[in-house]
Amino acid sequence: MTFGQVLLVAVLAVPALGAVAVAATPRDRAARLVGTVAAALTLLAAVPLVFGGRGWVAWSAGAPAVRPWHQLDLQWVPGLELRLHLGVDGISWPLVVLTALLTLLCCAYTMWRVPDGGSGRALVALLLVVEVGILGTFLALDLVLFFLFFEVVLLPMYAIIAGWGGADRRRAARKFALYTLFGSVLLLVGVYVVVAAAGTADLVTLTGGAGMSRGTQLAAFTLLALAFAVKSPLWPLHSWLPDAHTQAPTVGSVVLAGVLLKMGTYGLIRVAVGVAPEGARWAAPVLGVLAVAAILIGSLVCLAQSDVKRLIAYSSVGHMGFVLLGVATLTATGIQAALIGNVAHGVITGLLFFLAGAVKDRTGTGTLAELSGLRETAPRLAGLLAFAAIASLGLPGLAGFWGEAFAVIAAVQVGGPLWTTLGVLAAVGGALTAAYFLRLLRQVTHNRPSPAVGQVGPGLAGAELTAWVPLVLLALAIGLAPTLVLGVAEAPVDALIGVVKP
Amino acid sequence: MNVVQSVDSVALLPAYLAAGTAVLVLITDLIVARPRATIAVAALGALGTAVGSALVGAGAERRTFCVGADCSWVFGGRAALVGVVVALLTLGVLGLSVPALRAGRSPVGEYAFLLACSMTGGVVLGAAGDLITLIVALETLTLPLYVLVGLRRGSLASAEAAVTFFVVSVVATTLTLLGAALLYAVTGGLHLDRLGALLAEQPELRDLPLTTAAVAVLLVGLAFKVAAVPFHAWAPATYDGAPLPVAAYLSTASKLGGLVALLAVVQRALPADQTGPVLALLAVLTMTVGNLVALRQRRTVRLLAWSSVAQAGYILAPLGALALAAGRTDEARSAAYAAAVAYAVFFVVLELAAFAGVTALRPAGADGGTLDDLRGAARRHPWRAAAFGLALVGLAGLPPGLAGLFAKVTVVRALLDGGAAWLALVVALNAVIGLAYYLRVTAALWAPTTTPGPAAALAGGGASGVPVVGVVAVVLAVATVAAVVLGVAPQLVLDLARR
Repeated sequence: MTFGQVLLVAVLAVPALGAVAVAATPRDRAARLVGTVAAALTLLAAVPLVFGGRGWVAWSAGAPAVRPWHQLDLQWVPGLELRLHLGVDGISWPLVVLTALLTLLCCAYTMWRVPDGGSGRALVALLLVVEVGILGTFLALDLVLFFLFFEVVLLPMYAIIAGWGGADRRRAARKFALYTLFGSVLLLVGVYVVVAAAGTADLVTLTGGAGMSRGTQLAAFTLLALAFAVKSPLWPLHSWLPDAHTQAPTVGSVVLAGVLLKMGTYGLIRVAVGVAPEGARWAAPVLGVLAVAAILIGSLVCLAQSDVKRLIAYSSVGHMGFVLLGVATLTATGIQAALIGNVAHGVITGLLFFLAGAVKDRTGTGTLAELSGLRETAPRLAGLLAFAAIASLGLPGLAGFWGEAFAVIAAVQVGGPLWTTLGVLAAVGGALTAAYFLRLLRQVTHNRPSPAVGQVGPGLAGAELTAWVPLVLLALAIGLAPTLVLGVAEAPVDALIGVVKP
Repeated sequence: MNVVQSVDSVALLPAYLAAGTAVLVLITDLIVARPRATIAVAALGALGTAVGSALVGAGAERRTFCVGADCSWVFGGRAALVGVVVALLTLGVLGLSVPALRAGRSPVGEYAFLLACSMTGGVVLGAAGDLITLIVALETLTLPLYVLVGLRRGSLASAEAAVTFFVVSVVATTLTLLGAALLYAVTGGLHLDRLGALLAEQPELRDLPLTTAAVAVLLVGLAFKVAAVPFHAWAPATYDGAPLPVAAYLSTASKLGGLVALLAVVQRALPADQTGPVLALLAVLTMTVGNLVALRQRRTVRLLAWSSVAQAGYILAPLGALALAAGRTDEARSAAYAAAVAYAVFFVVLELAAFAGVTALRPAGADGGTLDDLRGAARRHPWRAAAFGLALVGLAGLPPGLAGLFAKVTVVRALLDGGAAWLALVVALNAVIGLAYYLRVTAALWAPTTTPGPAAALAGGGASGVPVVGVVAVVLAVATVAAVVLGVAPQLVLDLARR
C-alpha cells in the first residue's frame, strides 16, 4: 500500500473508529474530546492527500477523464458490481478538506456547548458518522459505493435534527429524511440504469459516457439529476431545506449547509455530467432555467423572511442556484465557478450558521423583528456577522465573489439569447442577494438594542472564536487567492470538459 | 417397469431429521415431561436439521422418487438454503417462545411438537419436485400453525385469529389444488420440470383458456400464503392475535415457504409470459397497499404485519420483470429468481431480529402492544432497542442496516437488468413510504416518555416488568450479528441464492 492509499483509508477509518470510540467512552466530556481528536486526525489525513500523484498536466486523448492522485481499488460485492474504489483528485480534494475542517470545528464547538436534547457524546458520534458518509461520497470512484455513502448520511443527520433540534424538530427531521431518501432512491435506480447498460460501475471507466446509447444517457441523467437536485437542493425540490436548517442545532445546520448540500452538486458534476454527458447537454437549458429560477426565487423569499436561520437557509437555495448555473453551462469556466462556489458557500454559510446560532443562543430568539442594535451590545459578534453577510453577498475580495461572478460570466460566454438572458437574470439575483443581506444587517446590527438584544454581553467565548476564526481566514484566503481551489481543480475540470463536449 | 424404487436416503436426510425432531419432541414430552428437556430436544433437532441440510446441500444435487427423468424430490442448492433457513428460523422462534412457555401461557410439549412439524413442511417444501409434494409440504408447514396461533390460553383474540387464518388458508389450499388438478387435466403431468417442458414444447396447450385459468388459480392460491394483496386481509388480524413468537414464525418461515412454493411453480412449471404480468401486478399492489396501510397503524405487531405484507411485494417484484420480453431471457430470469431468493433471505433475518426486538422489549408472554408502549424503551434497554432499531432500519433499507440496503439494491438491479425500469421505480418510491413508518417506530424508541400511562408504567416497571430473559436476548443478538455480517458480506447470500 502506498502512502496515499493509507491516507485514503485513514480519512474514512479514523472518523468511523472515532465514532465507535466516542460511543464507548463512558464520560461525556472525555468522549467529546475523543471525538474532537478523531476529527482533527481526519483533517490531518485529508490535507496531505494533495501531495504526490500529479504527474500530468494536460488532458490527452485516450486517457481516462478521471485521473485520481491516489486510488485504492478492492473487491467487495461482485454480485452487485460494488467495489471499494476510493480516489481523490482536484475536484474532490477541496471538498474533502472542507468537510474534515467543518466537522472538526463542529466537534470543537460541541466541547463548549451541547445543544439541549441529548448527550453531547451521542451528538459527536453522529457528527463523525455523518462525516464518514460525506467523505466517502466525495472519495468514491465506484457508482454503487457512491450511492452507499450517499445513503449513510441520511439517518445520522435525521437523528441530529430530531434529537437536538428546535421546537418543531420531529416534523422537520422527518421531512428531511423522506425528501432526501426520495432523492437517493432515484439515485439508486439511476446508478443501476447505468450499470445495466455499461456493465460496470467504475467511475473512471464510465466518465465520458462509456458508449451508452443516447436514450440510456437521457434516462440516466434525468434520474441522477433529479436525485442530486433534491440534495443540492434545486428549486422546486428545495422545500425540505428551510425547515431542516431552521430546526437543526447549530452544528447540524453548519454541517448540513456547509458540506451536506455539496454532495448534491459534487454528484451532479462527477456522476451525472460525467457519466451521461449526452444527457447533460440535452438537459442543460432546463437545468440553467431552474438554477436561475432558484436564484431569483431564493432571493425574493429571503427578502420576506422574518427568522434569521430561515433567511440563511433560503440564501443557500440562491447560492446553490449559482453553483448549478455554473454546472449547467458545461464549460470549464462554469464548472470551475461551481467548484469554488461550493467551497465558498460551505465556508461562509457555515460561519453564518455559527453566528446565527450564537445570536439565537444569546437572545433566545431568531425573529428579525425582535432583534436590533446588536452592534451596541455585542460589537464583535455584530462585526463578524457583517463580515460573513458581506462575504456571502459576493463582495469582490471575499470568497463568495468568484463563484457568482464566474457563473454569470460562463453563462454569458456560452452566448445565444437563452444563456445571455440567464446570465443577466442571475446577475439581477446577485443584486437581490445583496439587498436581503443588507436588510438582515440593518435589522440585526443597527438601531437601538431591542429588549432581547439589550441583555447580551459583549464577550465571545474562546471556543466560539476557535470555531469561527478558521472560517473567517478561509473566506479571506479563498477570496484573495482563488487559485487555492482553482489551481488543483483546473486539470481535472479540463479533462472532464474534454469528454463532455462533443 | 421396475416397481421397486431405489430411495436415496442421503437426499432425504434433512426431512428425516426434521420429522425425527417432531417425533422425539413428542416422546420426550411424554416420558421426561419436563419443559426444559422438551425445548432442548426441539432446539437440538432444529440445529441438526440445519446442519444436515447444509451438509447434504454442500454436495451435488441429489434426486430421488423418480419416474423416468422426473423426480419428486430434488435436493439441490436452493433446497439446502431453504432447509437451513427454515430450521434456523424455527430455532430462533423457539428461543423467542421460552418466556411465554415459562409463563405457562401455552403447553410446552404440544407447542414444540407443532413447531417441529411445521419445520418439517418447510424443509420438504424446498426439495419438492412435483405439485402434490409441494402442496402437501406447504400444508404440513401451515397446518400446525392454525393450532399454534390459537394456542394462547384464555385469549379470545388468539382464537379469532386462528379461525380467520384457518378459513382463509383452507380456501387458499383448495384453490391451489384446483389449479394443480386443472394443470394435470391439460398436460397430464404433475412434475414441475415436466410441466414446464410440456408447456414450452406445445404452444397450443398454453393458448387453452383452461391453462390460463389453471395458472391463475394456482398463483392466487399461493399468493394467499405469502399474503400478497389482494389476498392479504388475513395476515394483520392473524399476526396480531397470535402469540408474538408465532407471529414471528408466520412472517418469516411461513412467508418464506409460500415464496418458495410460488418460485418453484413460476420458475420451473408455468409459462413466464402468463405468470409475469400477474406477478408484476401482485407485486405493485402488495408493496404499495402494504406500505400505505402500515402508515396508519398504532399497534406494533399490526404495523410489522402490514410492513411484512409490503416486504412480500418487494420479494415478488423481481419476478414481475418476467412480464416483459426483455425480462424473459435466460440470464434475466435466473437473475430475477436469485434476487427474489436473496431478498427473502435478507428479509427473514431482519424480520426475525425485529420480532426478537419486540419480544425483548415487552414483558414476558405479552402481546406486541401499541407503539406508545415502546416509547422511551431505549432509555431502559439501550442495547435491545439499538438491535431492534437496526432491524427496523434494515427493513427500511438504509444504512446502518446494510443487509436491508443490499436487499433493495439486489431487487432494483435485477429489475433493471430485466428492463423493467418502471417496476424498479415503484420499488424505489415504496422504500420512501416505508421509511416513514419504520422511522416512526425507531424514533419512538428514543423518544422521551411524556405521559407515563398505565401501559408505559407496566412496561417501565424496570426489573419486575421486563424480566431479563437470556434466551430472547441471545436470539436477538444472534439475529443482529447475522444481519450485520450479511450487511458487510452480502455476496454470501447472493452466491447461495444463485445456486
